[in-house]
Amino acid sequence: MPELPAGTVRRVVRAPDLVLSTRGNDVDPTESATIELAADLLATQAVSPGCVGLAAQQVGVAARVFSIDVSGHAKTRTCHGAVVLCNAEAVSATAKERGREGCMSVPDFTGDVARGRRLVVRGQLPLTGEWVEITTDGFEAVALQHEIDHTDGLLFLDRVSGPHGIHPRRTYL
Amino acid sequence: MTDQIIAVTVLGDDRPGIVADVTGALAGLHGNLEDSTMTLLRGHFAMVLLIRTGAGAESVESALHPLSADGSLVINARVLGDSALSQIGGPSYALRVHGADRPGIVAAMTGVVARHGANIVDLGTRLGDGLYVLMAELQLPSEESLAGLDADLRGAAGELGVEVHLSPIDDDLL
Repeated sequence: MPELPAGTVRRVVRAPDLVLSTRGNDVDPTESATIELAADLLATQAVSPGCVGLAAQQVGVAARVFSIDVSGHAKTRTCHGAVVLCNAEAVSATAKERGREGCMSVPDFTGDVARGRRLVVRGQLPLTGEWVEITTDGFEAVALQHEIDHTDGLLFLDRVSGPHGIHPRRTYL
Repeated sequence: MTDQIIAVTVLGDDRPGIVADVTGALAGLHGNLEDSTMTLLRGHFAMVLLIRTGAGAESVESALHPLSADGSLVINARVLGDSALSQIGGPSYALRVHGADRPGIVAAMTGVVARHGANIVDLGTRLGDGLYVLMAELQLPSEESLAGLDADLRGAAGELGVEVHLSPIDDDLL
C-alpha cells in the first residue's frame, strides 16, 4: 500500500441519502482527486469508532473507491492492514455463511446477510494505479464484500436474507 | 387528535392482495405505517402492523371494515402506549429446538428462558408431520447467565425428548 498524504475527516452520510444507492464511477487511481479521496477515507475511518471500512459513497462521492482495515478486530483471521482499493471487484467468493452485519450509514438496523468467507478481490492501489489481487478469509472477506457493495450502490439492506432478516440495532459504537 | 400508535391485527383466510387491501385502506387515513410483520400460520394469514395516525382506533377499524365484512378476515385495532424498549442489555442468542411433537414444548422451553431473565425478541414455531420446530432469538441479561440457561434448557429438552441448541448472534459492524 503506497504512503498517502494526510487525509481530512469527512462527514459520513446515512441512508436514505441517494448517493448510497448510486453505483460509483470508475476512477483513475493516479489522479489527485482520487488520492485525496483515498486519504480522506482512511482518515475518516480512523476516527470512527468500530469502523473497519468506508466507501466513497459513505462520504457522499459516487466513486469506486473504499478503504478497509480490520486490524485488531476480534474476528479477524487473515489481515492485510489498512488498504484502499480503486475499481475493485470480487474475483471469487466461496464458503458462504450467514452473519448479521451493521453499517455506519444505516445506524438503526442490522441485517442477516450471506457472504463468502473465502474471497479473492482484484483492484487498483491509489497513487500508483498498480493492480493487486487480495486473497483473504473470514471477517476481512466479509468487510471487503460489504465495501465493494457500497461502491456498486448496494447496502446490506439489498442483500438481507428474508423479511425477518432486519433487526433493530442494539449497539451503536 | 394527537397522533398515536395504533396496532392493527389481521387474521383469516389467505388470498393474494390482503396486504395491498389493508395498507390501501389505511392510506386514506393519512397515517404513517411503522413496523409490521406478516406470515402464514398453517396457511392462515396473520399480520400485525403499527400505524401512527391522528385518526383514532375507531376510524381505523371503520376504514378496514369492508375487508372483514364477509367474515373471511378478523381485523382489530387498538391504541398502544409509547413503546417500551427492552431493558435487557446482554448478548443475543439463537435458540433452536426440534423434536417429536407433544404438548408443552414451547411452554417448557420458554419457561426456562423466562426464569433466567432472558427476553424473547423473535419467535417462530412450525409443526410438520409429527415434527415440531421452534426458533427464537433471545436477549440474555448478561454473558454470565449463559451457562445456567444452557444447562437448564438441556435439562428441559432431555425431559421432553427434544433437541436444543443455543448459539451466539454477533453483530459485525462494518
